[in-house]
Amino acid sequence: MSENVPDDLHYTRTHEWIRDLANGQVEIGITDHAQDALGDLVFVEVPQVGRELKAGEACAVVESVKAASDVYSPVSGRVVARNDALTQQPELLNSDPYGAGWLMRVARGDAPAGSALLKAAEYLQYIKEPA
Amino acid sequence: MREPLIFELSRPGRRAASQFPPEPDSGPANIPAHLRRATAPALPEVSELQVVRHYTRLSQLNFSIDSHFYPLGSCTMKYNPKACNTYAMLPEFTGRHPLAPEPQGFLACMYELQEMLKEITGMQGVSLAPMAGAQGEFAGVAMIRAFHRARNDHARSEIIVPQAAHGTNPATAAMCGCTVREIPCDASGSIDLEALGAAVGPATAGIMLTNPSTLGVFERRIGEVARIVHEAGGLLYYDGANLNAILGKVRPGDMGFDVIHMNLHKTFSTPHGGGGPGSGAVGVGPRLLPFLPIPLAGVRQGGFCWLAEADVPGSIGRLSGFMGNAGVNLRAYIYMRMLGRQGMVRVAEFAALNANYLLKRLTDAGYEAAYPTRRASHEFIITLRSESRRYEITAMDVAKRLLDFGVHAPTTYFPLLVPECLLIEPTETESKEELDRFCDAMREIRREMQRDPEKLRSAPHTMPVRRLDDVRAAKQLDIAWKPAC
Amino acid sequence: MPFIPHTEADVSEMLSTIGARSIDELFEEIPAEFKGASLAGVPAARGEMEVARLLTERAAADGRLLNFIGAGAYEHHIPAPVWAIATRGEFYSAYTPYQAEASQGTLQLIYEYQSMICALTGMEAANASLYDGASALAEACLMAVRANRGSESRRILVPRTVNPTYLKVAQSIARNQGVEFEITEFERRSGRVDMGALRRARGGGPCTALVIQQPNFFGNLEEVDALTDWAHTHGALVIAVVNPTSLALYKPPGEWGGTNDGWRGADIVCGEGQPLGVPLACGGPYFGFMATRLSRVRQMPGRIVGRTLDAQGRPGFTLTLQPREQHIRRGKATSNICTNQGLLVTAATIYLSLLGPAGLGRVAAACAERTEALVRALSRIPGISPAFDSPRFHEAVLKLDRPAAPLLAALAGRGIAGGLDLAASHPELGHAMLVCATETKLDEDIESYARALRDLLSTCASR
Repeated sequence: MSENVPDDLHYTRTHEWIRDLANGQVEIGITDHAQDALGDLVFVEVPQVGRELKAGEACAVVESVKAASDVYSPVSGRVVARNDALTQQPELLNSDPYGAGWLMRVARGDAPAGSALLKAAEYLQYIKEPA
Repeated sequence: MREPLIFELSRPGRRAASQFPPEPDSGPANIPAHLRRATAPALPEVSELQVVRHYTRLSQLNFSIDSHFYPLGSCTMKYNPKACNTYAMLPEFTGRHPLAPEPQGFLACMYELQEMLKEITGMQGVSLAPMAGAQGEFAGVAMIRAFHRARNDHARSEIIVPQAAHGTNPATAAMCGCTVREIPCDASGSIDLEALGAAVGPATAGIMLTNPSTLGVFERRIGEVARIVHEAGGLLYYDGANLNAILGKVRPGDMGFDVIHMNLHKTFSTPHGGGGPGSGAVGVGPRLLPFLPIPLAGVRQGGFCWLAEADVPGSIGRLSGFMGNAGVNLRAYIYMRMLGRQGMVRVAEFAALNANYLLKRLTDAGYEAAYPTRRASHEFIITLRSESRRYEITAMDVAKRLLDFGVHAPTTYFPLLVPECLLIEPTETESKEELDRFCDAMREIRREMQRDPEKLRSAPHTMPVRRLDDVRAAKQLDIAWKPAC
Repeated sequence: MPFIPHTEADVSEMLSTIGARSIDELFEEIPAEFKGASLAGVPAARGEMEVARLLTERAAADGRLLNFIGAGAYEHHIPAPVWAIATRGEFYSAYTPYQAEASQGTLQLIYEYQSMICALTGMEAANASLYDGASALAEACLMAVRANRGSESRRILVPRTVNPTYLKVAQSIARNQGVEFEITEFERRSGRVDMGALRRARGGGPCTALVIQQPNFFGNLEEVDALTDWAHTHGALVIAVVNPTSLALYKPPGEWGGTNDGWRGADIVCGEGQPLGVPLACGGPYFGFMATRLSRVRQMPGRIVGRTLDAQGRPGFTLTLQPREQHIRRGKATSNICTNQGLLVTAATIYLSLLGPAGLGRVAAACAERTEALVRALSRIPGISPAFDSPRFHEAVLKLDRPAAPLLAALAGRGIAGGLDLAASHPELGHAMLVCATETKLDEDIESYARALRDLLSTCASR
């Protein structure tokens, strides 16, 4: 089991990570644990720039040969950038989930969804619990 | 030795000329230029012998019931009697246009088939319209919705399924605009009645169940399940995937089910055809009778007829352009007439005998039954969870290695609930010797996983191809041959 | 015991291995209150000889009609190799090719089939088939709603030149998901889509897709370029419903329309595959085909086979893009469909290989020519005339001076299935019937139909 859970990020129970870019924007991806569980990714679909997201809304799809999984937006806000490199190279999500495998950047709306988010230690604890 | 693509055999100008109709005196002169095709479609140009040889060779790359033991769980791969095809292909049947005047001989078969299926399932009406199990499921859930709607009970849009349900159940519920609520099973594979009691309510449209369940065991408290769901105002849907296990022993109607779909391609031995056509006839109790999908075989003025919109005004409608998979239904009819009422009961009896025998022999050989305290129904699950840890092999490795022994692999990784599982269904048409050969292969594979697990991991070794790169298939999508420019 | 191989010795040995005294004991988990089902209504077992006799007698009673009905199912010559090979046990009695290594025959065949459907339709991606043409349209409508995410609407425009049964099936299957079908009128003179009616329907709000049937239900050729451009201009996808035989002659849907911001051709193509080597068989089993652009392949339902490499680098075939399907995606799958119509696809692939581009073109041209001959022959009879003046493929609507139903019944009495009465589906046409002549109809067949009809019309009082 992968335990690569960087300290400087926040996490969800649905295995997304959030990086605060400190300009009112956040970067969103899926965790190393999630990519490991899915296996080799063959297709990634990211939302259109400009799309308004609600927290908890399914906004992207990651697909391996054995599973397709929705990615849920951890925050509300508008999509300001998306990682188009994933269209040609979905494997970036396997090799560098917290870096080159990022999915999208969102300009956060008002509501700070922080309370529902997990800190690194909490997420680590969460994925270690038996299902 | 690779068989080339039919396109690679093609040479410009080569023809199977005897299959061409005579050249018309006048060409299709009336095609306006802008509606005309500019270049001929890239179909192969080959001789008749090339076609015959190519597809005969391709057929020889397949495992099939006619050539191999095929214990694929939940699929009921029993012998498909040759007579069913021969007599369904009589030229009067195959030549009949569906909109031509109603053929009395053919319709007599369809009508009697409906009657027999009613009797076997304990239902009051049967429609042969659905073209596959999944469409039968769709019809069943659509009828449940129509029933609630007709009573102005619009809040009922939730379908309950056990966790171990087949993937089509939630997919069907979604297609019918319903939401799905899953309930857990206990350690013996039975539905958690407490969870069921908590799940039902005014939003419950119904519950979808197989019995015996996808875990291969009989749901003993089915009477209680029916009471809970009915008292909450919901209906019971029977997924007939496992009807072979109980044929003639117990009828879904008697267990309290309101609607059932049957897979005629499983229980009634119509061919699987490399993945279809199936047929998913539905049976209903009194409450859903007005909603059956059309057309239905009926009787009018002393003759047989197709009942349509005017005859069944409450119908959920048509599911196919004509009469469903009519020729498949005819094959099921022929099979059932040969089996007769005595043969029906023996189906379940010998399916259970074969399954329980295999289960016992495999556990004696060291394999672990997923539900050791339970009887097998017509199928059973073994789990390779300890082997997978000890020898670093997977259920898929065992499945692939079985191919080298000339046995089609059992169903793997279904149900999802049981780790590293093989779902094994021998069916009643297999002989004891065939079952013993399978056990010998499984014992040999067990020895191999201890001594040479790599042999399993790299299996199969004797098939036309080795394991295929599924990641490459999905990433570098090549799903149609293109002519070189 | 039919199809059960066990001897008494086998049974007792197996029971003793299991540790059960009787077979009944194996059913001990079934509560007694539910047991003891009666099967009194099921007849006693019959041997193959007796069942063969029964079926042969029933078939003989049905007899054989000289058929001039089309309306979605077409009588074509089926080459002898088609079913001789398709019913080989290795195809006939195999299951879905989930174990790719033991199913390369079926998988390669489906890959070849997908390639042929792409070639015929001018599209890039075809699935392994759906149940039939009508249900394929239903799936295409659901796919269009998924695929056209820019559109706020779930409204689909369906002209009345589309097969009315296809519309009914689409409604049965798609209405539970909130898809709305807006029906638009046709031009009475040409029997084609009325563009004005389309514009008026569009005025009622945005729509997500337009269905175009080519040739249409009446057999007429639609102005597919103009219709495709109109739909794309209004942000609607084009769902093409096509006859596969006709595609040997007519512009493939992939090339419909001009280039509209780089958007050309139909977006989803579907249709009935039965004309490709599948017998009429009282209504089924047939198969539906479906194809689309590569960019929309993940929205397409049904199985798809891909070519890849095996562990030793040799080419091989496997099911691919499976996460779209119910067994993985469950409630979020593109459809609940599991099977395709594998056996019928096997027949169609063999059929298309035998005919090739030249043969299929010859069949299509012969159908068109035979239908013109039929229309000419029947129109010479007083009281009968073609209803429309458009170019057509292999079907035509004929107007009659009296109701069609009694005439068709009388023709059936003379062994002729003369056509489809349109009174119920298209009452605005007055007395009218839809007729079809494929390559199977010889001059003498057409003459005997014309003779019978002339005879009936002259002996019965009109109106």
